[in-house]
Amino acid sequence: MEEKCLCESNDILIFSCAGSSNVGQIANLAAVRLAQEGVGRYFCLAGIGGHVSGMIESTKAGKMLIAIDGCPVGCAKKTLEHIGFNIDEYVQVTELGIEKNHEFSLAPSDVGKVSHHMASLVSKRRGI
Amino acid sequence: MKIEVLGMGCANCNKLYQNVLEAVKMSGKEVEVAKVEDIKKIMGYGVLSTPALVIDGVVKVAGKVPKPEEINGWIK
Repeated sequence: MEEKCLCESNDILIFSCAGSSNVGQIANLAAVRLAQEGVGRYFCLAGIGGHVSGMIESTKAGKMLIAIDGCPVGCAKKTLEHIGFNIDEYVQVTELGIEKNHEFSLAPSDVGKVSHHMASLVSKRRGI
Repeated sequence: MKIEVLGMGCANCNKLYQNVLEAVKMSGKEVEVAKVEDIKKIMGYGVLSTPALVIDGVVKVAGKVPKPEEINGWIK
């Protein structure tokens, strides 16, 4: 049975890839949208990768970690796991039928698709 | 050694400051203790959850209030 998280949105930390492809940028924009919608707090993946002590300790204080990667390379997931963090909810943009390319004409509907998908996963885990 | 307590005056920030003072007393060592309440300085440490405890520039804990005994363990 999936464990429910008794957390508030302030305790939910959002990390995303921001890689040099359309899906990397969609992942980033979806994370921004989730933060704007109050689903959680957008945290700095680069700070984790850079071993910035303040970022790492702040992340330890989170109750639910969510991550969005652009593609199966999975840089956000690997960066968090490298430090020893467990990810509670995770998605790759390409899993949602959005094909990776290296052009940056991003469709707002694709950003919405990813943010909506992740928001649903978070709501389910929170039991709301 | 310098210990900084990061926070903008919340109850937990004050509790952490008191715990630091108690830990320093316990250690018997000479330690400079400072409160950092300026949000720009706090963010400069990459801290997004307060209170936080910084020892010689390294964030040891954020978003929690460690007990004096634990803090004492970090004082060299």
